[in-house]
Amino acid sequence: MSNRLIDLVNISKSFGSSLILDEMNLYVQENEFLTLLGPSGCGKTTTLRIIGGFESPDQGKVLFNGSDIASLPPNKRQVNTVFQKYALFTHMTIAENIAFGLKIKNKSKAYIQDKVKYALKLVNLDGFDHRMPDSLSGGQQQRIAIARAIVNEPKVLLLDEPLGALDLKLRQGMQYELIRLKNELGITFIYVTHDQEEALTMSDTIVVMNQGYIQQIGTPETIYNEPENAFVADFIGDSNILGSIMLRDELVEILGVKFACIDKGFGENKPVDVVIRPEDVELLSPNETNLNGVVTHLIFKGVHYEMEVEANGFTWLVHSTKMVPVGAFVSIAVAPGNIQIMNKPVSEDEEATAIDE
Amino acid sequence: MNKKWLSFPYLLWAIGFIIIPLCMVFYYGFTDRDGVMTFENVVAIFSPEHRKALFLALLLSLISTILCIILAYPLSLILAKMGNGKNSFLVIIFILPMWMNFLLRTLAWQTLLEKNGVINSILTYLHLPSLTIINTPAAIILGMVYNFLPFMVLPIYNSLSKIDPNVMNAARDLGANGFQAFLKITLPLSMPGVISGITMVFVPALTTFVISTLLGGSKILLIGNVIEQEFTQASNWHLGSGLSVVLMIFIVISIVVSSLSDKDGEGAGF
Repeated sequence: MSNRLIDLVNISKSFGSSLILDEMNLYVQENEFLTLLGPSGCGKTTTLRIIGGFESPDQGKVLFNGSDIASLPPNKRQVNTVFQKYALFTHMTIAENIAFGLKIKNKSKAYIQDKVKYALKLVNLDGFDHRMPDSLSGGQQQRIAIARAIVNEPKVLLLDEPLGALDLKLRQGMQYELIRLKNELGITFIYVTHDQEEALTMSDTIVVMNQGYIQQIGTPETIYNEPENAFVADFIGDSNILGSIMLRDELVEILGVKFACIDKGFGENKPVDVVIRPEDVELLSPNETNLNGVVTHLIFKGVHYEMEVEANGFTWLVHSTKMVPVGAFVSIAVAPGNIQIMNKPVSEDEEATAIDE
Repeated sequence: MNKKWLSFPYLLWAIGFIIIPLCMVFYYGFTDRDGVMTFENVVAIFSPEHRKALFLALLLSLISTILCIILAYPLSLILAKMGNGKNSFLVIIFILPMWMNFLLRTLAWQTLLEKNGVINSILTYLHLPSLTIINTPAAIILGMVYNFLPFMVLPIYNSLSKIDPNVMNAARDLGANGFQAFLKITLPLSMPGVISGITMVFVPALTTFVISTLLGGSKILLIGNVIEQEFTQASNWHLGSGLSVVLMIFIVISIVVSSLSDKDGEGAGF
């Protein structure tokens, strides 16, 4: 295992009476692309600002290479931030913007010139040296913000929803650009977003957060295929989440129908949540399985059809390349491996337990 | 849609009360009593007493402007830092005196500063030596700063509060300490506000005659007093207009300078 670069230990933070982070523990490894993912107000940006030094935690430690930096001001930290709305210096040229950090550190003129040139090349904006930030498009400004941060050779680059203000096409392009940048620079990226697709595309590790608690930490595949609770399942992609009963190991009763699954160790007759991704729901002819239903909606989505099937009082969301017309009777089958069993939250707090990776 | 006609009432106003009077000032300024064209009234600025009045007016309004910047900038920083919403009450408190009549405020200072005024009464009561402030240039500066300070605070506050806090954070993030960030980011970004504040303080201070009359007594003559007297006492409209034209040159210079350095009109509106 590569070593832990940043270690957040028991971090709590509240603004006024609202608790934003509650005893959060999280570590970031060297050279990792880690994404903090969650709805607004989940504490992801606060976490980033604590690492960047713009907020200090009420309690807990921020370890950077093993030493506590919680009380260090931002200018003393080996991290740089790309801010949400770029935060470029509008009274300076692009070159001056990029050179800002290097000038503060009293680097030589030649060194600064080389670095600015290199950074502009890296973000594909050669020759923009003398332009003013206001004359650039949103995407270009974003790249300048990244260039301005990376010329300082930070150990960690913090990105606070950097693509939030861009349109879809540009955003997708920038996602690949960011992955390329990270590979070229070989540094750690900590990325904050509420966009699950962005998180899935770019990350090595995703940290799903809600209401100040970490819900799940894992690779994009794990997060998508094996969500640990209903919140994660619901937040990442479309899903059918059903309250069910785990009859015994490898057998679950969903809407009164027994399904074989592959999960064990939940005990007998235990209420659980089951998540089934819409693309994992198979529609067969009526009575081929014990779960029969009728198609109520049909939308063509390009790659697949999206259908809704009423069965045993639940509206199933189904994605399939095979079209079944509205009104058709079907039966529903799910492969055992595609049924993801999750513990039911006992309480609101339980839903948000801190989870060790 | 053409809504130009909506500006018609103002256009009439501007012609009647700005353009025509301005033309008259120029007419009187460049003619003598017989209506013959002359530069005498303008050149009269070089006479010793006029030169002295102009110099004193420039000096006092310059000092007042600098004092206003020194007072207003830190205050604006504090107001802007307190964030939106919370500070509107403070801003209102600050501009409250602006809503009171200008003359009244200056008269109040006269009462405070008089030989047997409020301040000296308190000092005497405390067995402290009394002060001679009234009828000194210092009293005029005090009056100018007091009256024009809000015109400095508002544009500076306005331009400071427009700075995205993350821009400051970015500077800190890139290695600048608090002072460097202020010097390289906050200060240059707030310059439009400072410059428009300078215009809004310097120009009225330069042309005032009320403050100097009320707080400076009759001995200290600023160029504004000289012009006023030419119109009211000496009834020499030609000389008064000629000197006004000279003063206008200074006003135009300061407006041009400020509009050159504030191309976006950022600091102007509030």
